[in-house]
Amino acid sequence: MEKFHTLTGLVVPLDRANVDTDAIIPKQFLKSIKRSGFGQYLFDEWRFLDHGESGMDSSKRQPDPGFVLNQPRYQGAQILLARANFGCGSSREHAPWALQDYGFRVIIAPSFADIFFNNCFKIGLLPIVLDTAILDLLFVSVAMHPGYQLTVDLQNQCVSTPDSNSFEFEVDTFRKHCLLHGLDEIGLTLQHADKIKAFENKRRQEQPWLF
Amino acid sequence: MQTLYDKLWNQHVVPTESTDVGGMSLIYIDRHLVHEVTSPQAFESLKLAGRKPWRLSSILAVADHNVPTTDRSQGIHDPLSRLQVDTLDQNCDELGITQFKMYDLRQGIVHVIGPEQGATIPGMTVVCGDSHTSTHGAFACLAFGIGTSEVEHVLATQCLLMKKSKTLRILVEGQLGLGVTAKDIALAIIGKIGTAGGNGHAIEFAGSAIRTLSMEGRMTLCNMAIEAGARAGMVAVDDVTIDYIKGRPFAPQGEMWERAVAYWRTLHSDPDAAFDQTVILNATQIKPQVTWGTSPEMVVDIDGRVPDPEYVTDELKRKDIQLALNYMGLKANTPIQQITIDKVFIGSCTNSRIEDLRSAAQVVKDKRIASNVKLALVVPGSGLVKQQAEQEGLDKIFMAAGFEWREPGCSMCLAMNDDRLNPGERCASTSNRNFEGRQGPGGRTHLVSPAMAAAAAITGHFVDVRELKDSLS
Ligand code: SF4
Repeated sequence: MEKFHTLTGLVVPLDRANVDTDAIIPKQFLKSIKRSGFGQYLFDEWRFLDHGESGMDSSKRQPDPGFVLNQPRYQGAQILLARANFGCGSSREHAPWALQDYGFRVIIAPSFADIFFNNCFKIGLLPIVLDTAILDLLFVSVAMHPGYQLTVDLQNQCVSTPDSNSFEFEVDTFRKHCLLHGLDEIGLTLQHADKIKAFENKRRQEQPWLF
Repeated sequence: MQTLYDKLWNQHVVPTESTDVGGMSLIYIDRHLVHEVTSPQAFESLKLAGRKPWRLSSILAVADHNVPTTDRSQGIHDPLSRLQVDTLDQNCDELGITQFKMYDLRQGIVHVIGPEQGATIPGMTVVCGDSHTSTHGAFACLAFGIGTSEVEHVLATQCLLMKKSKTLRILVEGQLGLGVTAKDIALAIIGKIGTAGGNGHAIEFAGSAIRTLSMEGRMTLCNMAIEAGARAGMVAVDDVTIDYIKGRPFAPQGEMWERAVAYWRTLHSDPDAAFDQTVILNATQIKPQVTWGTSPEMVVDIDGRVPDPEYVTDELKRKDIQLALNYMGLKANTPIQQITIDKVFIGSCTNSRIEDLRSAAQVVKDKRIASNVKLALVVPGSGLVKQQAEQEGLDKIFMAAGFEWREPGCSMCLAMNDDRLNPGERCASTSNRNFEGRQGPGGRTHLVSPAMAAAAAITGHFVDVRELKDSLS
């Protein structure tokens, strides 16, 4: 997993609530057996006027100039501002893969869907929850200032604005630790292999019908 | 005093000194269901890291999303779909994982076959790389969807690192009216609490209306817990649960059965257990539901109208409604019953079990689908559901009415195979998501119960199934 410490990056606003995983990465792209290459199909049905299929080269397609990600001022954005319940719907990790592959490292929203939120941490994409009122403010600031950037500091758990406002956010100690050090969770869990075995054996005795 | 969720959680915490580090616990997983879409990358990374599955007997695999629902004798013609299914077959063969392959009678939607085989039993933790794993909570399991990294984590360690959720109890009290189903309860709940209403919570469905639901109905309800934002939904064990499991292939037998049942009977919330939140619904007031928009919370009663954004004060909400109306090609204030449809889909892990097919068949018996309905599909949830339905003659009823009778799979629930809507087409669907493009790019989905989908097929527009004579029992 990629490490995350601090990031100062360009911000793009996606002003829509309940953005679902089908919108983030439509199902025709889930047929891949690979983990990479999803970025070019991120938000495919909103980003392009023509219909996309897996394997297409998106640079040769017709972008919808009206969609926010296609506006010249937001090219190269690494931070996505979103609205409530971002990532609702399916458990497809292809959604965070697509966001990361496109270039995003941070998503800021007032709330996220549980599975999506969890999946982000597994791959080193940082989802940050801030109050709706703060998000409202950030949406206004981004609209007003072309080139608007935010700084995200994971160690100190804060997001700061160019005019030196700073907003704290919460993150679980364990997830923060993994992200700061780019740790492999499976390796960490396997350090407890003997305890898992012992638990399993006990369970096998108490509830043998499960095995 | 513990809730059902507390009991299930406590039973599965593997004690380690780092337990509770940052609020995370190591949770042991009893059952791991696998399908072809979310597993290939997990198997690949597992192999690359030189790791092996921890406990093969915990895994049950099936291909469901990419399989064709028409004649399968020619195999899968889309090369990408075929590759994904072949990859699952190879991984399972190589590692020795139990799998129901495409030509196996037991093949079907992963959330239908788990319970059908007795591979889902009370007290288990059940995971799958699929958000509708919540379905299995109907058996008093702690069941939830996971992403591909977690699929790999469970394969390698039989555990997951998790944070405990809060608890939300949804009490549905009173008697459900004739023609009103578990699907309508699910949609009514989502209409009330919203698609984010259950975020961060595990839901327990309780109350007299839930107790009278069949296992099929409870599965429909728990299936849609995820649409209410909750990763897990569950229902306590009772006689209905135990009767359903008895005699199924993977279920315990003989003396083991008695021991298991004695334990299962403890799987309910204690009378005074405290929940973080409780929501109460009156079952007698629930009417058949129809979604009008692009999120399951955009739902109204069958005698209702499409909302008018003009009257919505919250600016974001108003915008959302407007976007949804544009996408759905609907005008504000249109009565739901005036919305005509092009296609009908009866299927998906929400509503493709035998009881769902029976209730739809009863509505269409001796009738014909309306002339404006271009395609009406029935896609049973598994080969065994299909067989059972055929033994009961349901296939004949559907076909005589003009429906197509298909092979089992996810089909037009998410259109990864050939079954899909064309741009602008409108569908009465028994599935669970009405997101933009879900059933095909530009397609318009209205979520309803099987009986309501059948009624719409017959009349060509949405109609209150309770008003169709002979349609109910
Ligand atoms: S039927 Fe639909 S919701 Fe259920 S597992 Fe298949 S694609 Fe997912």
